[in-house]
Amino acid sequence: MNNRGPVLFIVLILFAVGIGAATFRHQMYDIPWTPSSQAMVWQVEARIEFTAQGGPSQVFLTLPPEQSGFDIVQESAASSGWGFSIEPGEQRRAHWSQRNPLDRQILFYKLDIVTNKDVQAASGPGEISPVVWDEPYQTAVDHLLSTVYPTSADAHTLTLRIIQALGRIPADQNLSLLTANFEQQDLLVRVLRSAQVPARKVQVLVLEDGRRRQSLASYLQVWDGEKWRLYNPSEGELTETANLLLWQTGNPAVLEVLGGTNSRVTFSMISETRSGTILAQEQADDLALSLYNLPIAEQGMFKLIMLLPVGAFVVALLRILVGLRTSGTFMPVLIALAFLQTELIPGLTSFVIVVAIGLFIRSYLSSLNLLLVARIATLVVLVIGIISIFSIVSFRLGLIQGLTITFFPMIILAWTIERMSITWEEEGPKEVFIQGGGSLFVAVLAYLLMSVPEVEHLVFHFPELHLVLLAFIMLLGRYTGYRLLELNRFAAFRNSQ
Amino acid sequence: MSRWITPFQLRDKGILGMNRRNVGYISRYNDRRQFPLVDNKLTTKQVAEEAGLAVPKLIKVIETQHDIEWVQEELAELDEFVAKPAQGSGGKGILVVTGQVGDNYQKASGEMITLADVKRHLTNTLSGLHSLGGRNDVAFFEELVKVNPYFNQFSHEGVPDIRLITFKGFPVMGMLRLATKSSDGKANLHQGAIGVGLDIATGQAIRAVQNNHLVSHHPDTGASLEDIAVPNWHQLLLLAAQCFEVTELGYLGCDIVIDRQRGPLILELNARPGLSIQIANNTGLLPRLTHIEGKKTRRMSIEERVDYAREHFSPQMRDTQLPLDHIKEQVG
Repeated sequence: MNNRGPVLFIVLILFAVGIGAATFRHQMYDIPWTPSSQAMVWQVEARIEFTAQGGPSQVFLTLPPEQSGFDIVQESAASSGWGFSIEPGEQRRAHWSQRNPLDRQILFYKLDIVTNKDVQAASGPGEISPVVWDEPYQTAVDHLLSTVYPTSADAHTLTLRIIQALGRIPADQNLSLLTANFEQQDLLVRVLRSAQVPARKVQVLVLEDGRRRQSLASYLQVWDGEKWRLYNPSEGELTETANLLLWQTGNPAVLEVLGGTNSRVTFSMISETRSGTILAQEQADDLALSLYNLPIAEQGMFKLIMLLPVGAFVVALLRILVGLRTSGTFMPVLIALAFLQTELIPGLTSFVIVVAIGLFIRSYLSSLNLLLVARIATLVVLVIGIISIFSIVSFRLGLIQGLTITFFPMIILAWTIERMSITWEEEGPKEVFIQGGGSLFVAVLAYLLMSVPEVEHLVFHFPELHLVLLAFIMLLGRYTGYRLLELNRFAAFRNSQ
Repeated sequence: MSRWITPFQLRDKGILGMNRRNVGYISRYNDRRQFPLVDNKLTTKQVAEEAGLAVPKLIKVIETQHDIEWVQEELAELDEFVAKPAQGSGGKGILVVTGQVGDNYQKASGEMITLADVKRHLTNTLSGLHSLGGRNDVAFFEELVKVNPYFNQFSHEGVPDIRLITFKGFPVMGMLRLATKSSDGKANLHQGAIGVGLDIATGQAIRAVQNNHLVSHHPDTGASLEDIAVPNWHQLLLLAAQCFEVTELGYLGCDIVIDRQRGPLILELNARPGLSIQIANNTGLLPRLTHIEGKKTRRMSIEERVDYAREHFSPQMRDTQLPLDHIKEQVG
């Protein structure tokens, strides 16, 4: 074949550079080749936004205390032009200040923590200040305690009984008086304290890899004489606390902004399996063009984006080597990406259901002779309608998985339905099943590959390996041999001559 | 019988696969800039007509909504005509009118439609209803092709057409496509139409396949397919060979119909012709393509190219199987 030389040359270069760079970084920064199951490092980032009013401005953010289960490795704040300090004490606070900030301001606070089962921080409760209830609440509380106290044995069981009593439907008249006038956590804390049980409200961050723009959850802690136990005020005790980071104990606001309005704080996090010191090492190296230098929220995005080339590679492989027909060239990759968030089986079922209903409605639309753009726009609206109804119905049936359907890219779904419908009209249902089945097959295969932990690890921590992938894709682009399915298509020649 | 074949067997038989077609022939011999020329039926027709190639005569182009208002006067003297979208996909939007009764028009199926129906059809075409991307389109009227009566017994509705693959201006392989009831009157092989492989030397049938299976008789008309011999064969090859100079596309599929009076007419050109033609011909394209690639062809006239193809690419002649250096000697 002509000019095969340049392609091969580029392929070789890409291959060498990719492998070389990955090896270099492995040696230099000690980034492991495979995800290890050692201590889990969480990088948490708090993002504070507010509108400065002009004039001096101060921002306070409470910081997580020493606590069981976590080691705080490193913390830092990135906000140019701001003075920054951390106020030590029982409740640590980050303190930013500036003389004259203007407009919208964004401040970051970054925290690296390592899960460590051995860390036990147990600062006991202080003295319980007496709780004063106004009437008629006093009577209601007395009534509540007199019914639950005899059926409990200790602080723990008392807490559970009270949570049960407050959650009972239909509510007792006394209790609805309380629940209507107090916030749930406050109520629990006050009732427990009235019974001389040390209790406090806490703000907790639920750690989940790759989540962005999260807020804190309000929980309850009760001292059982030895340690603080954590309760979800509407459900009961939380025993699995490995992924719960205590951010704040006590009552003051998490975020306090003087000289600013419209303030809010959100949290993003990703988990790593490397040790925090290595992480810091590469972060500190200004020359390293590394993904680790990005804000955590963007890093979480890149964990997903970096998987796309893997999907594209699978598509190229199956179309060029196997000869599968898909509906829309890279549509399967996007579907596979959605599967990553929905899990395979729920994702597959909901996808098939939505497309089937969409095709059914689209077949009526075609008799209305709508123009293309209007037709697709109609489909987008319809797809959103189908998805809403699907979510509501599955939620009513108690199928939480049904809700994950929102991860599917709506526009892609609409286009898929449109394209399949045209194929149906022009080439018959058989072709639709071939292409639809082909697309799903490719999507599932891409999903399976993309969800391998090793693959996920490699593409994010060694982005240069994409060059190697690129080399393979370019090689595929010059493949002129037969496709696997052609061996079937041309099988008639077996017996000829 | 196994439903699979090994890649080695395929290579031995010289079968051209999709990847090799795309990389080795389409992207190598077909200039992208020339694609719009064949993707738009109106441009194809205009360019071909200008170059003196036989095509169904263009009657009128409808470019704007304004043109549609005057269409009645244009059509008044015509008894029969075909309206087509320039960028229609898969045979969509083709309106065949075979007669006029008063203000009404008779469709090929016998159904009567009004002038308003014709106008609405044209409006829909202009707004892109029949083109795949939904792009705005142009409609045109052309003369209705009256199929050579020889083919009447071989086709269920639809116009039988001849697909010729030309490579650098040499007709290398040919196939007659016959519509059947199961292909819904369409001449598309993968929809169930019959493909009859044609001997490049004579235009005689080699074998006929439907859905990848051998057939000997047309399932709907019962006519024997084995002794078909396409009339006007030499003229047809010349017409196809000429398309190379007009389009500058090296690897081209020419769809040709044979009109009762005018003989072979070019209906459509295709820059990405399919590979099923090899099954109908019971032989692969590769030996013929590499044969031409290994030959100096620039100076050859159209006549010479056709004669050369007729001499070398017949299944009776085994020249194509000879090693290339031998061929070079032979040619001088």
